[in-house]
Parts: sequence; structure tokens; C-alpha cells
Amino acid sequence: MEPLSWLEILARMAQQLLPVWIALVAIYGLSIRFKLKLGLYGKLFDSRVGMIGFGIVAFWLLTALFADLIITHDPLGQISGMRNKLPGTPLARPDDHYAYYLLGGDSLARDVFSRVVMGAREVLRIAPFAAMISFMIGILLGLPAGYFSGRLDTGLTFLANLVLAFPVILLFFLLVAPEIQDTLIPVVMAGILFLAPILFVTILLNARFFTQPSKRNLYVGGVLLVGAWAYIGLVFDADPTGLWSMSPNLLNVFVAVVFVNAPTVFRIVRGITLDIKTRDYVAAAQTRGEGPWYIMLWEILPNARGPLIVDFCLRIGYTTILLGTLGFFGLGVSPESPDWGSTINAGRRLLTVYPHAALVPALSLMSLVLGLNLLADGLREESLKD
Amino acid sequence: MLLFLLRRIGLMIITALCLTLVVFYLTNLPAKLETLAKTQAGSRMTDVEVENWLSRNGYSTPLLVRYGEWLGVLPGWVQEADDGTVTGRCVSLNDDPEQAGARCGLLQGEWGYSTRFAGTVSDVLSARLGATGKLMMWVLIVMVPMSLIIGVLAGMREGSRTDRSLSTVAIVTTATPEYVSGVVFIALFASSTVGLSPLLSSWGWIDGRVLFQGNARSAIESITISNFTLPVLTVALYGMGYIARITRASMTEVMTQQYIRTARLKGVSFSKIVMKHALRNALIAPFTVIMLQIPWLLNGVVISEVLFSYPGFGWTLYEAAVNNDIELLLASSVVAVVVVLITQLISDIGYVYLNPRIRIS
Repeated sequence: MEPLSWLEILARMAQQLLPVWIALVAIYGLSIRFKLKLGLYGKLFDSRVGMIGFGIVAFWLLTALFADLIITHDPLGQISGMRNKLPGTPLARPDDHYAYYLLGGDSLARDVFSRVVMGAREVLRIAPFAAMISFMIGILLGLPAGYFSGRLDTGLTFLANLVLAFPVILLFFLLVAPEIQDTLIPVVMAGILFLAPILFVTILLNARFFTQPSKRNLYVGGVLLVGAWAYIGLVFDADPTGLWSMSPNLLNVFVAVVFVNAPTVFRIVRGITLDIKTRDYVAAAQTRGEGPWYIMLWEILPNARGPLIVDFCLRIGYTTILLGTLGFFGLGVSPESPDWGSTINAGRRLLTVYPHAALVPALSLMSLVLGLNLLADGLREESLKD
Repeated sequence: MLLFLLRRIGLMIITALCLTLVVFYLTNLPAKLETLAKTQAGSRMTDVEVENWLSRNGYSTPLLVRYGEWLGVLPGWVQEADDGTVTGRCVSLNDDPEQAGARCGLLQGEWGYSTRFAGTVSDVLSARLGATGKLMMWVLIVMVPMSLIIGVLAGMREGSRTDRSLSTVAIVTTATPEYVSGVVFIALFASSTVGLSPLLSSWGWIDGRVLFQGNARSAIESITISNFTLPVLTVALYGMGYIARITRASMTEVMTQQYIRTARLKGVSFSKIVMKHALRNALIAPFTVIMLQIPWLLNGVVISEVLFSYPGFGWTLYEAAVNNDIELLLASSVVAVVVVLITQLISDIGYVYLNPRIRIS
């Protein structure tokens, strides 16, 4: 068989990505149809930048979701004779395989296209959750620091600056080393960091419903139950049902990334809180006799959502970059893993001869981060219009 | 101002002590020391032998004591073997055996011995820091003017077509981490089979086989455009977008001020308004950001130096971390932390100095 031309490669990739296109069209159709009822999300479709950014992000999310349908080969499977082959090379003996390596083969004769698609799943499985947990920690510490000020603020700010003064790359070398996994450090840190989401939701609900004890008990009890279940599974890897689990490697990466991100979120939240707590509606709530946590979580936080949502998008992008950095230095992930950072690392040795193996994941990573940045820009523009 | 400065420096020293203690703890974990013992004295040691080796080499004292010794505030450890030979932290450093128990640590200028490069840490680091200094200098020379020009051009007419296209450029560069831009640059410019180089060389526009080299090792001897362009661009690009965006934001804010409108109503030409009235006020914010960007550049420097195998500070840090070279890694960390803290201090002072509203109060 002849190798495919670039046009044919693109056409076949588009064909493989069919589920993504269908879902994208459906999302855009529905969103534009009902955009007036969808609040800030709907307004996103008024700005061109926001729409492009949302499109790129949605594309990668859907690719990660439908990865099993899209891939043409096993991302870890090697087929002899396909080492470093150029994009569009046909298989010598296809048998029951897909007949081509659409984006070529890497130095271990694996399919680059399938690996990039699976890599999207690896990245998007960690980045948003790491960003979310960083946010909960940042909010949980930043709100009281800004609201109460005083000694609490001084102490927390000092700690945040301490972490921020650490060069990120050094922290990664120290914290994601294989020797660390033998110690208790990752588990202890994960134990503290993963406590934050449970605390956050518990305090949030308690502050809202403490006047209605029956409702409060139901909600808080439910949250605590699910929280404890996930907590045991994620931190101690001891979930009896096996639904929540995280390999020690992944836990280590997760902890390092959250640790790097949380202090920045803390500073942002603290700054916004300092500004908002002087507003009249906060004074009104204080006069009404509301508790401090109610004021912080239900008066200040909702009014700080604009900048926080924007920063959340940027932070997912930054987390993606950090994960790529870890992979690039071969830290914390198994060498087999198809995530983009380690694929770039594996491909860079033969970069000047066979660039496709490193170039494809590099451009994928760039496009995802670009999409998130554009989305953040669009959101900022639209939220400022209110 | 003096009180402010003293307080800042005091805080900085406390921060530095905390951070070095954390680094010391993380590099001196038992598992890492075991690896060290095995690489130094044979990989087939039993656990008892490892323990003996560690205690013979002064690694069995409590962590805080060892931290004090390393820092140079506590006297170094001394041990006398059965046959009367004295070993100790400071013995090999001094010719005088009487001095064996003296303090010898960071503060005395004894930074230790690098197992990876087989030399004293201070020699290794000073050579590498010089190399990185050159890289950083060129990065700043490229990055700062470019980003300021982009930011000012984009910000002086908000919403214009120039603004939109330059802002897009800025967003794209912030979305391109160093390991992506480096890979793209090498594929585009430094490969003799793909990208631009084969094309240019078949047209006879370039002499060699490639436009730029993808390996910067030769830049240690002499820096040329061919071997230094790509590493510098790789580091500069990622930081550029951020500074440009801050400059743009600051410029747009200044351009809406009353005094700019007054100047326009007076009939001053637009270029004169930008150059004389707006620019100085618009550049206060970017200054702080540029200083704060230097620690971030450190990331890029490590990635770029590893990718282009340029043996500078970042490459050394990477090698020390990968090869479990404890004393070199410790020393590199100290340098990195000090650089970060000093740039923070300069940025704080600069901000106070440049901004009259804060300076007067």
C-alpha cells in the first residue's frame, strides 16, 4: 500500500474524531439556542475569543472522553517494522489492525496518534482536579486571612510566600523523587490537602443550613460519608470497593502540583476578600448577626466569582504545563505512560531526524493551554460587562 | 525607608533559613543517604554495612545537628578510628589536623564535594553560574524590549486591530511552555531533514546544513548566533507574553487618565503623548513584573539548558537531582532560593521607589 498524503491523513483523523465533532455540534447548537438563559456561560457565546477558546477546550475534553472510540491502535502496543515511521505509513501486515499509523510511529514502534489521544485523557484526568483542590485550599485559607486579618493573616501570608519563594522546578525534583515515596511525606501531605475539599463543602453547607438542623444533618452527613469514602481511597489507597484509588506515583504528582498552585490562589482570594469586606452588603450581614463563615462563603465568595472563574481556567492551563514539565523530566510517571510531557521527553532524542513523535504531543499541549487562556480571556471580557 | 529595608531583609533571612532547612531535610532522607552509600562504597552492601558507612561518614547524627554543621554554625563532626587516624567533616579541608573540629560549612565558604562532577561544589557552581549568567543576559536583552514594545503598541489604542493581533501573539506565547517552543524550534530550524533548513540550504541561502544548531554545548567556548539563538528564544518567548500583557493593561489604564485627555485637547501629537506623558507611568507595573519574572525564568533556564545540552546552572541542577549528588543539589538550591529572594526584594524596593504615591507616605 502507498503511504497516505497529508490530505488523506487529515481526512482519516477527522473520521476517527467523528464522535467529537457530533458532540461539539450538539453542544454549540444547544448553547447558542439557549444562551440567554445560561448566565455567564451563555454570554461566552457572544465573544469570538471566548467561543474559540471554549471550542478548543471542549474538543480536548470530548477527545479524552471518547478516547476509546477514537484510537486506532493500542497506545502501548508495539508493531514490528513501524519504528520511527513517518505519518501515514501503512502497516506491513495489517491483519485485524487499523491499516495505517496516521501520525507515524515513535521510537518504540507505537502509534503516535493513539498515544496523543490517550495522553489527553491522562492530562485531563489530573489537571482540572488538581486545580480544583488548589482552589478549595486557597479559598479556605484566603477568606479568613482576608476577613479576620491580624495575626492569622500574617502567619498564613508568610507560609504562602515561603512556598512561593521555592523555585517550582526545584520543588519538583525534591518532591517527586522515587525515594520520597518510601517515606510518609506524600501520604501526610495528601492527607492534609485532600481534607480541604471535605472541610470546604461541610462548612459551606453548615453555614447555610444551620438554622434548619434536619436539612443540615442530612446534607452534611451525606457529604461527610462520601468524603470519607473518597478520602480513604485516595490518600490511603484502602477503598474496599476500589472506586477511588490513586497509584503512589500519581498521588505524589498530584500533591506536588496542588502544593505549587494553592499559595497563588490563596493570595488572589485574600486580595479580593480584603476589597469586598468593606462593602455595604457585608456590613448588612454583620448587622443581621450572621456568623463569619456564612459571610465569607455566602456573601463574599459569590461576589468574588468573576476573577476566580477566570483564574480557574488559567490555572488548569498552568497545571497542564506543570504536568508536562514533570513528564519532560521523567518525574513521577511511568515511562510507558502516554501523557504528553513524557512523550515529548521520549521523542526529543531523535528530534532532528524524526520530529513527529515529539511535535504532535507538543502542539497538542500548546493548543489545550491556548484554548484555556482564550476561554479565560473571553470570560473576563464578558464578566466585566455586567 | 531604612526600617522597611531592615524588616524586609530580616524576613528574607528567616525565609532563607526555613527553605534551606526544608531542602536539607528532603535531600537527606534516609532512602537518599542509602543510595549515596551504595553508589560510593559498592552497590551490594547489606543494611548493616550501609549503616556503618553512614555513621563513619557523619550521617548518623540528628538532622538539625547536621544542618547546623552544613550551615557552618556548629563544629563539624570528628571521629577517631581504632588505629588513631582522625576523620571528620573538616579534616580533608584543612592541612592542620588540630582544626578537625572547627566549623566548616556554607558560611565559611566550604560548599562540599560534588560526586557527579568530581570536584568541589564551589568550583563547579561558579563555572556553571557564569554560563547561565550569559544566557540570562541575552534572554533579558531579547525579552524585555520585545515585550515592552508589544505591550505599549497594543495598549496605546485599545481595541484596535494592532491591539487584537498583538494580544493574540501574547496569549500564544504564554500558552507555549519552554519544552514545547524548544521542540518546535529544533524541528523548524535545526533539523537537516525537515523544517526550513533543507529548503534554505537547497536555495543556497545558508552555508551549513542547518540554520541554527540544536545543541548549544559549543556556546561555552564562543557564543555565536548559530548556537545561541534557539536556547535564548526558547526561554524568552514564554516570559514575553506575560510581561507584554501586564504592560498592555498598564498602558490602557494610563491612556484613559485625565492628563492624557488634557494633552490631546491641547493638540499634542499622539506620538508625543505616548512617548512623553504615558510611557513613564505605564512602565511602573512592568518593572516589578520583570523582576518577579526572573525566578520564573529559572524554570525555563533548566528546561532550555537540558534540551539544548548547555552546561549551565540549570543543567547542573538537573544532573545533581538525577544523580543524587546531595551536596551539589543543596548548594544549587541555596543559590536558586537566594536568587528568588533577592529579586523579590529588589522588586519591592523598586516599586516603592518608582511609585511616588507610596514613596511619600
